Amino acid sequence: MGFFLEVLTGGLLAGVLYSLVALGFVLIFKASGVFNFAQGAMVLTAALALVRALEQFEAWKWPFWLALIGAFLFAAAIMAAIAWLAEKLVLRKLVNQEGIILFMATIGVTFFLEGLSQTLFGSDVYPLNLGLPKDPIFLLESVFDGGILVNELDIWAAVIAGLLVAGLAIFFQRTRIGRALRAVADDHAAAQSVGIPLNQIWFIVWLVAGLVALVAGAVWGSKLGVQFSLSLLALKALPVLILGGFTSVPGAIIGGLIIGAGEKLAEVFLGPSMGGGIEIWFAYVLALLFLLFRPQGLFGERIIERV
Amino acid sequence: MTLRKAALLAAAIVSASLIAAGAAQAQNEQFIPGLVYRTGAYAPNGVPFADGVADYINMINARDGGINGVKILFEECETGYATDRGVECYERLKGKGPTGAAYFSPLSTGITFALTEKAPGDKIPLLTMGYGRADSRDGAVFTWNFPLMGTYWTAANVAIQHIAKEWGGFDKLKGKKIALLYHDSPYGKEPIAALEIMSKKYGFEFLQIPVPAPGSEQKSQWLQIRQARPDYVLLWGWGVMNSAAVSEAGNVNYPRDKMLGVWWSGAEPDVLPAGDKAKGYKALMLQHPAGKFAVHKDIEKYVVSQGKSLAKPEEVGQVLYNRGLINSMVGIEAIRTAQAKFGNKPMTGEQVRWGFEHLDLTADRIKQLGFEGMMGPLKPSCADHEGTRLSRVHQWDGKEWKVISDYYTGDDSILLPLVEQVAGKYAAEKKITPRDCSKES
Amino acid sequence: MLYREAGQYKVTYGADQAIFPIAQDRFVMLALLAIAFIVVPMVATEYVYRAVLIPTVILALAAIGLNVLMGYCGQVSLGSGAFMGVGAYAAYNLSVHLPFLNPLVSILLSGFVAAGIGILFGIPSLRIKGFYLACATLAAQFFGDWAFLRIKWITNYTPSGSVNAPAIQLFGIDLSSPTAIYVVALGFTLVLGLATKNLVRGHVGRQWMAIRDMDIAAEIIGVRPMYAKLSAFAVSSFLIGVSGAMWAFLYLGSWEPAAFSIDRSFQLMFMVIIGGLGSILGSVLGAIFIVLLPIFLNQALPPLGELVGWKISTATVSHFESMIFGALIVFFLVVEPHGLARLWSIAKEKLRLWPFPH
Repeated sequence: MGFFLEVLTGGLLAGVLYSLVALGFVLIFKASGVFNFAQGAMVLTAALALVRALEQFEAWKWPFWLALIGAFLFAAAIMAAIAWLAEKLVLRKLVNQEGIILFMATIGVTFFLEGLSQTLFGSDVYPLNLGLPKDPIFLLESVFDGGILVNELDIWAAVIAGLLVAGLAIFFQRTRIGRALRAVADDHAAAQSVGIPLNQIWFIVWLVAGLVALVAGAVWGSKLGVQFSLSLLALKALPVLILGGFTSVPGAIIGGLIIGAGEKLAEVFLGPSMGGGIEIWFAYVLALLFLLFRPQGLFGERIIERV
Repeated sequence: MTLRKAALLAAAIVSASLIAAGAAQAQNEQFIPGLVYRTGAYAPNGVPFADGVADYINMINARDGGINGVKILFEECETGYATDRGVECYERLKGKGPTGAAYFSPLSTGITFALTEKAPGDKIPLLTMGYGRADSRDGAVFTWNFPLMGTYWTAANVAIQHIAKEWGGFDKLKGKKIALLYHDSPYGKEPIAALEIMSKKYGFEFLQIPVPAPGSEQKSQWLQIRQARPDYVLLWGWGVMNSAAVSEAGNVNYPRDKMLGVWWSGAEPDVLPAGDKAKGYKALMLQHPAGKFAVHKDIEKYVVSQGKSLAKPEEVGQVLYNRGLINSMVGIEAIRTAQAKFGNKPMTGEQVRWGFEHLDLTADRIKQLGFEGMMGPLKPSCADHEGTRLSRVHQWDGKEWKVISDYYTGDDSILLPLVEQVAGKYAAEKKITPRDCSKES
Repeated sequence: MLYREAGQYKVTYGADQAIFPIAQDRFVMLALLAIAFIVVPMVATEYVYRAVLIPTVILALAAIGLNVLMGYCGQVSLGSGAFMGVGAYAAYNLSVHLPFLNPLVSILLSGFVAAGIGILFGIPSLRIKGFYLACATLAAQFFGDWAFLRIKWITNYTPSGSVNAPAIQLFGIDLSSPTAIYVVALGFTLVLGLATKNLVRGHVGRQWMAIRDMDIAAEIIGVRPMYAKLSAFAVSSFLIGVSGAMWAFLYLGSWEPAAFSIDRSFQLMFMVIIGGLGSILGSVLGAIFIVLLPIFLNQALPPLGELVGWKISTATVSHFESMIFGALIVFFLVVEPHGLARLWSIAKEKLRLWPFPH
């Protein structure tokens, strides 16, 4: 029982980390209808910018808190530049194209960003130390033998994700720009006709998604070290999106929890009888099963098709 | 539109002509290709090895003017650890230089498997030092493969020997549990055959835990390990899987000093990212330790201080860098051995193969080359393409690797029957008649 | 002026419905076939065969298969790499368990196995659409990755999981030279490509296109969606499976599951999109483009770098390749979202008038 709870909590916390990446996808899809495959590459770029800036500022002997803030600002600036370039060179040129074309364009952007970030910032593994504790803690040792293992970094990640979602919720509901974003998500043409500048909105959306990617990159980079395989996180976030629905922020969180828990439980309890290594496809199959009952995901918008 | 079209056309013509121009073919040069991966998930380990390979060759060119006067032409080709890119690099580089490529060293078991099919037809030897097909030790069947200094079955056997020594004897293995955390690829699966035989022989329970490539996320595997509580964990990873494994072991509080990695999981890039958590982690050595030896003086004098090294200053002397040096050294010594028989000119692949098979690195020669303290004598033969089966163990103390054991020798009573069985199966499948080594000169 | 149909009268329905109704087209096609089968084997070097021609021909067939699914039937699929793997391992198992079968026959039969698996993984398409379906096919991809590694009888219980293809021969003639392999691959691609072209021009193809354009309307006028979608999956997987078996037997020789990973799926999808969705010619053009581009960049970048005095390391070349590849994809999609095939048909349209202005 104790072990089950341990795997469950580990899975839930891992799921929160996946949903951090999925949030970026949801934001962009909601506001511009583009399935941004480049989110993974954006996580990588943001993390690389962050870790290299931190290294550089620490080499200049800045105090840790100043170096950290400076590094975050630098990385945010890089993401803003990327958002601006993406809007100008990709989105504006492909305005009325079908979804699949835009999707392919974002795959092109993925390759471009992966090459660019590694050219600018290097392709080594960079350990990232943000001052977050990384030790394991053992809960309920009196109840369960050995206690339930929970990693402090994962708990901090869950807290950060929670704050981020709350922040985004406030941003969308209470601010003018948030309202404009929701308007654009509903209907581009109508939004434009009431005077909402589409190009600016898309830039802001990609910027916000870039900042979300930065947070995700910071957390994942602390866990794994900043290296190329961070961009493969996009593939782990996709089942989360499918399950939660492409257009729903709470869907991303809940989808993340379900996928994270399901994946780890399956790997640990079902895996050994199947030889192990089933994590990756199990997440997709789980999402697929949900899709068969709700084709737009748990919280996605029901698309009503008319002839 | 016309101006843009004209500009694009001009660029295309210029690039095409540049490719066509190519490099001038020198006549008295030995071409050695380098299949490297400096990008991708395995780059952290691929880069220092590639730097070592390149630096030793540059040093020989600068200090000695080549091999007996024949300069070495060295070219790298990026494979990204992908088999199809490795094959493409092989096809592109195999005919370069006046006599073609001397040997190929892909540093990837996957690419090795693919090239094992092509190399015999093209008559180019494969140097797979410390990796590749474990059954290619049998030179009678695998004429063109040279897994010098160690295969994965040797590694598995030495690992068990070390564990037995730690516990006080082989009889202490009975009833214990040893887990293999492996990279889910041919590389990671190679030791399983040998470990299964040893688990039956010595009576320990053998647990196999695969990690899907590239292996950066291992939480569920380590939760399983925490549940199963094995007495030892053997790590067979590469690239980011290594550092992730060491980190996760720290996260679940599995004692790091009960982890033993293969010689490809025991280098600085594998432990530095985990920080303090890596303290106590042990790994096998492909004979050589980290650190600087006699040869490094020449490397620093002729390559590093001239600014020709691709390596960062702290890389020189690290585990994988030293391994790259040895890799180039045995290749160059094989060419030298071949030149002693066939003349001081560029060697063909066939001649280099003869050179590998008749390589005789004595302790004196190793000292002469500057590698004393890094490796022992190496003498491959027709039947034994491995040459030697020595290995030792080093441990990370948080700052550097410390050698903690003497040399172990691979136990041929276990290894030879397995090699004969698997190599024989390959020969039967491929309809190869094994060479008769008693008749070879 | 040259490219005119004036004076070409069709006197039979067959002539009217030919794939190349204009005589000039037929002439050019025959010339291309002559070049491909006769001239190329005379002048190509081994490197050109092994690195350029053979992969292009094999991947062109795979791209045709994926185009059937994505371009003609509108079902997004990211699992094509796994289907290539299914074909490859099916052919391997046929050659191991039924050794009397000629390897070329095994390659063809493996297509049927892949078609069966394709139908299985196509069943979700009856309920799911668009990007959700793309993610569902990713499930097939990752399941395939795992199954090839873990299910031991697929790789005939080899300890390492790596398998070898048998030697290719036909009636005793050894076909392992690069020229022979190229001709064999070209033969497969040509025959199967022609069959597919006729399929998409017939009633099955029209059903697929109806489903692609407006599936609800299609259902209303009597196109059965299950039959249409599953047949698209079946035909597509057949072609992709055969090309996967060819990739393994004719190109790689010895392979591991990583040869059919998600990178392969993305590569095929690039070929189809850049070549042009819904066009057989587009698939071939896309394959040529995607295979040639990395090789071209690899050869061209270091000399160009040296021109500006900058010695580029292989890592940087690799990163630049990524960047240029990505930029080119975006550029293509901006300039011509319907791909190279559309550029070609625009060119043909202009050729009909040339040299006159209207």
